[in-house]
Amino acid sequence: MDSLSPEALRDLELHANDVRVGIIRSLLAAGSGHAGGSLDMADIFTALYFHLMRHDPTNPELPDRDRLLLSCGHIAPVRYAAMACAGYFPVEELLTLRHFGTRLQGHPERVSLPGLETTSGPLGEGLAQGTGMALGAKMDGSDWRVYVVTSDGEHQCGLHWEAMMTAGKFKLDNLTCIVDRNVIQIDGSTEDVMPLEPFADKYRAFNWEVFECDGHDIAAFVDAVEKAKQVKGKPQVVIAHTVMGKGVSFMEGDYLWHGKPPKKDEAEQALRELSEARELIGAGR
Amino acid sequence: MASATSANAASAAMHLVDYADPGAIKQVPTRNGFGEGLIEAGRRDEHVIAICADLSESTRMEGFKKAFPTRYLEIGVAEQMLVAMAAGLAATGKVPFIASYAMFNPGRSWEQVRTTMALNQTNVKIAGAHAGVSVGPDGATHQAVEDVAIMRVIPKMTVVVPCDSVQTKRATLAVAAQWGPAYLRFARAESAVVTTEETPFELGVAQTFREGGDVAIVACGILVYNALIAADELAKDGIECRVVNNHTIKPMDEPAIVAAARDCGAVVTVEEHQVQGGMGSRVAEILAAQHPAPIEFIGVHDRFGQSGTPAELTEEYGMGVASIRAAVLRALGRKRARNGR
Ligand SMILES: Cc1ncc(C[n+]2csc(CCOP(=O)(O)OP(=O)(O)O)c2C)c(N)n1
Ligand SMILES: [Mg+2]
Repeated sequence: MDSLSPEALRDLELHANDVRVGIIRSLLAAGSGHAGGSLDMADIFTALYFHLMRHDPTNPELPDRDRLLLSCGHIAPVRYAAMACAGYFPVEELLTLRHFGTRLQGHPERVSLPGLETTSGPLGEGLAQGTGMALGAKMDGSDWRVYVVTSDGEHQCGLHWEAMMTAGKFKLDNLTCIVDRNVIQIDGSTEDVMPLEPFADKYRAFNWEVFECDGHDIAAFVDAVEKAKQVKGKPQVVIAHTVMGKGVSFMEGDYLWHGKPPKKDEAEQALRELSEARELIGAGR
Repeated sequence: MASATSANAASAAMHLVDYADPGAIKQVPTRNGFGEGLIEAGRRDEHVIAICADLSESTRMEGFKKAFPTRYLEIGVAEQMLVAMAAGLAATGKVPFIASYAMFNPGRSWEQVRTTMALNQTNVKIAGAHAGVSVGPDGATHQAVEDVAIMRVIPKMTVVVPCDSVQTKRATLAVAAQWGPAYLRFARAESAVVTTEETPFELGVAQTFREGGDVAIVACGILVYNALIAADELAKDGIECRVVNNHTIKPMDEPAIVAAARDCGAVVTVEEHQVQGGMGSRVAEILAAQHPAPIEFIGVHDRFGQSGTPAELTEEYGMGVASIRAAVLRALGRKRARNGR
């Protein structure tokens, strides 16, 4: 697989910056919602929508599109922002997030907005549905792939493990699970609330191929997914090590930002920081 | 200042706040009452323990966690585990309170509730937070409006939907003290506090919050306040409603429901839940068997929730004061037609 050119990488970093701006603006307008996890998955959603996936923003129902499922629906703002930046709908619609009558429901609803693939929010249900889709594609001999974005916290849900077992059984090599491994959940560190380590070994024990990367290194993530796509006879997981709230200094690594939106002054500071970061990207660092 | 209509004998006997005076009304989420009640229950009985599924702040279990750190367990995002493990702990003599959002417990964990708590008869208490559309912007995935239905069909289950934060505290203490599986439902949003520490509370005993003979409004949960306000407004037009706070959905106070239908001749039920299968459905079952009367149902009519503010959604789903008034007028019309007037 061709690796990213420096120009392509710079473009992706600029898109990721746009996505973060969209997240901050939409959450400020909403007055509620989940800033931390949304920001920390901005680089990965950008890589998926702007580089890795086969999809068409003008035709969300494209039959051969790759399927992207967001299992941890509370980070909907990152998906909405990435979709808007990719051209699924106008960026200004992001400001309707969580308002009465919006297509951008607080947690994603498939029937509300084209391109979502599933309805989510209740944790732990994405991989099971992704397993069903990947099986369906195999049955039909289709070549599209299934990507399921999951949080680390939802790995405490029993259903997720049932799905891991099932995907392993059916050797679903067209299925890639991506984990937002920020080591944070609502009540604190995942390792205090309900330890997940040794995390990668658990996937291996369920007959998955494991890749790990820095979730904020777009090139490394792209590389991991490209390698995952080459795997035959096994589902793959990309464990992306992330920092909650990435890109906004006062949110980074702080579990209290799991479920909060920025207030006005906080949003202003966040946007200032993002605009400074953007200049650094533009200058080629 | 008490208005002439609200200061009737029933509300005085119930030691209610002067709910007609907006200045006298405090707005407190019912979940706060749970948090306070749980700490008090922990003080009264050392067997009371608390288990949470990664939501200690929003379910208000964190106070108990601070007060009794060794009697608090955190099990992560695992609601089925929450129930089944609690059943095991109950088998060792503990009195576990288990908390998550109502959507996930008992929503996700229903069969564990039925088998390990009810059929198996264990002394586990479910605290279902964030029930109803008043959850607000989180949207339909998080708005449990089916939970009362799925709990009330389980034999041996006690189901309680208290009307405000003060009553939620009382209800928490009551289910802690009474042996057996129980489901306690409460809400996220701030809501009017209408009861006081002096207001009596007994599981299974419905409360007449307002006296009247034209139509009975049988309500539960945070909408009891809307029912009281609607009744006061209707009184200005000469229509007197009895308002019954029907907090215990199971076992329901059947004599009180039958008396309301007999004395008033028509009933309006009010709940923040699907009208199919909820509190109003139980009222209809009782009255169909014992005292048929016209009934109008306020609640969610076979739809899912959505994002919005609690106030917007209360209106959208027809649970506001104006909707209750209109339902009372419809019930009254049907009663009069039935009586040939
Ligand atoms: C089944 C279920 N239980 C509980 C919740 C409430 N909840 C929302 S997010 C969350 C966990 C947060 O941890 P994680 O999933 O890792 O997300 P992060 O904080 O990293 O964004 C919980 C318990 C839920 N959405 N679904
Ligand atoms: Mg996490």
